[in-house]
Amino acid sequence: MSFVIVAYSSPAILVPRSLPDNTTKNAAAPIERELLERLYAICGDEHVLTESIQLRTYESDGLLQYRAAPAAVVLPGSAAEVRDVVRACSDANVPWVARGAGSGLSGGALPVAEGVLIAVTRMRRVLEVDLDNGRVVVEPGVTNVEVSAAVAPTHFYPPDPSSQIVCSIGGNVAENSGGAHCFKYGFTTNYVTGLEVVLADGAVVQLGGKELDVPGYDLLGAFVGSEGTLGICTKITLRVIPLPEAIKTMVAFFETTSQAGEAVSEIVSGGVVPGAIEMMDTLTIQAAEQAVGAGFPTDAGAALIVELDGSRAECEARFDDVVALCERNGATSIRIAQDDADRAAIWRTRKAAFAAMGRVAPNYYVQDGVIPRTKLPEVLAKISALAEQYGMRVGNVFHAGDGNLHPLVCYDGEDEAERAEELAGRILEACVDAGGSITGEHGIGVDKKRHMPKMFDEPDLAAFQHLRCAFDPRGLANPGKVMPTPRLCGEVPGPYRTHPLERDGIAERF
Amino acid sequence: MSSQLLTPASAQEAAQALRAYRSRGIAVRIVGGGTKPWGGAGASCGVELGTCALGAVVEHNRGDLTAVLQPGLCLRELDELFSSAGQMLALDPPLGEGDAATIGGVVATGDSGPLRHRYGAPRDLVLGTTVALADGTLARAGGKVIKNVAGYDLAKLFSGSFGTLGLITEVAVRLHPRPPAQATATGTTDDAGLLQRAATALSASSLEAQSLDVRWEAQTGTVLARFAGVAAAAQAAAAQRLLSGVGLQAAVTEDDDELWARQRAAQRSADGGAVIRVSGTPSRLAEACVAAQVAGATLVGRAALGLSWIALPTAAPGELVTAIARVRKVLAPSPCVVLDAPPYVRAHLDPWDHPEDAALILMRRVKERFDPARTCNPGIFVGGI
Repeated sequence: MSFVIVAYSSPAILVPRSLPDNTTKNAAAPIERELLERLYAICGDEHVLTESIQLRTYESDGLLQYRAAPAAVVLPGSAAEVRDVVRACSDANVPWVARGAGSGLSGGALPVAEGVLIAVTRMRRVLEVDLDNGRVVVEPGVTNVEVSAAVAPTHFYPPDPSSQIVCSIGGNVAENSGGAHCFKYGFTTNYVTGLEVVLADGAVVQLGGKELDVPGYDLLGAFVGSEGTLGICTKITLRVIPLPEAIKTMVAFFETTSQAGEAVSEIVSGGVVPGAIEMMDTLTIQAAEQAVGAGFPTDAGAALIVELDGSRAECEARFDDVVALCERNGATSIRIAQDDADRAAIWRTRKAAFAAMGRVAPNYYVQDGVIPRTKLPEVLAKISALAEQYGMRVGNVFHAGDGNLHPLVCYDGEDEAERAEELAGRILEACVDAGGSITGEHGIGVDKKRHMPKMFDEPDLAAFQHLRCAFDPRGLANPGKVMPTPRLCGEVPGPYRTHPLERDGIAERF
Repeated sequence: MSSQLLTPASAQEAAQALRAYRSRGIAVRIVGGGTKPWGGAGASCGVELGTCALGAVVEHNRGDLTAVLQPGLCLRELDELFSSAGQMLALDPPLGEGDAATIGGVVATGDSGPLRHRYGAPRDLVLGTTVALADGTLARAGGKVIKNVAGYDLAKLFSGSFGTLGLITEVAVRLHPRPPAQATATGTTDDAGLLQRAATALSASSLEAQSLDVRWEAQTGTVLARFAGVAAAAQAAAAQRLLSGVGLQAAVTEDDDELWARQRAAQRSADGGAVIRVSGTPSRLAEACVAAQVAGATLVGRAALGLSWIALPTAAPGELVTAIARVRKVLAPSPCVVLDAPPYVRAHLDPWDHPEDAALILMRRVKERFDPARTCNPGIFVGGI
């Protein structure tokens, strides 16, 4: 491969002339004996996997379209082991990828074929519960629900991705995960107050702590959501909050998604901040109802789940308003959860929506885009026109409060996969055109990096690269993710120096 | 120090100016409303870049509860604008002399007020940003929708960076509905330990306060819990019962604006005094109150967040330096950042209280990448960044 160095002020950026294809290789690449010996010594023989049959388990994350077998998988059992593994990789100049539970949907934990995969699944200790200060300290392999379980029954951890029973907090930090309750409560980034991070050169850095506003740059804010490209976290301090006094849940059914969308706008502009406000369209209602059987009417055009939580007095006063408002906007029926079991059934239907699509289509592609809430009817109409144009069915579930759409593009077999992906890409264009984003919670990973230029121009990407180069100048942490084209970091500051690739005649500077 | 004043009228103009000064090796001091002369003394700058001509509301998307703002807009005028739509930008730091605090300055310093309890700091409300870097580029990060994880979150990196990475030329922010009614429960005691227990009991309760503050002044402590919404009065009454139950003298005030104006005002000092912002934990609140009392200072704080502002009264600069050192020693390892302080004090101590650690090394690397020639606000930030 050859590179050109683009002199984009300072530092210089190297852009390969052809992209390395690490997404199709299946065979494990050879790994230096010396590095492998070090990995065995650090983690113990049973926690270093190199047999191709073992590596198969790790070749994809939740996005199965991409596969790559790493040279080795290591399963460190402590922060010190992670640090030593990263140092060994740094000494050998071998790239590595961090992996939590592997439930990510953008290929963020896709291995690098010649690299090491660091899976944190053995690091599952809750290190400290400090409810007086509203904090819990955990290792990265702890699952999302385990955090809430650790602080129950008085407190909970609000970000709740649908995969919460399996997904790891380490992965949540990497992806800045959301969930149904984000509209009121915020995202992972609003709950992480401290991190212990191992940088790609093996340095251990403490960012934040239990305290807020610690002096200096908000590197914590920069790290959360950086998709494993800035380092790997080994200890996570999270803010947890008291459980709300009351929760009231309802689902209203409408003939059309626009009617439901109008109800959402009125609820929000009326000053109500629901704990969750979620919408499903006909196709997803039908699929989810087949799977769960919660009694949702399968002829409804839209289901709108609204959950209010907080003080009992506030909840009850507002709940009647919401019911009346849905009726005014043409709700054909409204079901109010009478008890916990009923509430659970409503949520099970919503959370089953992705998986249930398998009942109505052999394959489907989960898209994740965001639009300003007021553009909902316009963008839904566009999605429906696109679906017709491509002759494919698209189901829609979304976090309606924050305009986060999850169109599910249904297709049949490998033949249609490419067209389905093209349609999904067109949907993202519609989101960006409406002033939105190409991802609300699934991340860029490998899957969406080609869409990054839809949202960001070259100077924006160059600024992103400044951050990346400050953390990981050699690009060893999760290379090939997030950025649309691979870039290397130049030296800063100081006088001009010859880049090794330039010296070797495989890159040129201009 | 005499320096030239520059007030670019567009983001492009600002970016070009930064590049021009960088190429001539001239440092630039970036200033918003000029109400927060915080941080280290810094290197002398040949140019002062003011944001007063960057004062446009680029977008106010009422239905989406978002806005895109230029940095020179005053918080006070924004409050009027959003109020008229029944909305608010949930940032209420003290506005400084002449209420001149700008949105750019508040984001760049990460300053916050009592609303932080419910709505977070500037970092939590900023959805995206456009920045002018010293190399003359205008870079955009984030977006203008309330949920977005595309690309690195440079909006957070720039929040609280004191203009040392570049100039914020635009911020997209999340707005909130302005609640219909408010009421505040207060409880007083002269026992700092009891004050802490009362504050902890409130923050652990399921009552949803909009703000939850404490105050310690002249040997008397107060807990203040403000509730907003249709059931504000009912919630305040419940909080009053809770405070009485743990042994405080409790009351409810519905006409409560003055109470909260006093809380905000106490985050700033009189001329010749100093303010220390303590990044502590709720379980050390009593210690912070005692430290304030020993120093003859007033403390206000966000009870559930562990943040306190200790305002030392006017004193000889040498005495202030000694008093600050004493507070830091007592409250260590909680970071104690000096905000307001006379120049003498600023020159005789490090306002940032930041250790030489791996995080600081990383921060210096971030500065080197974004502003390698140290053009923007050199020397005022942690570790001399």
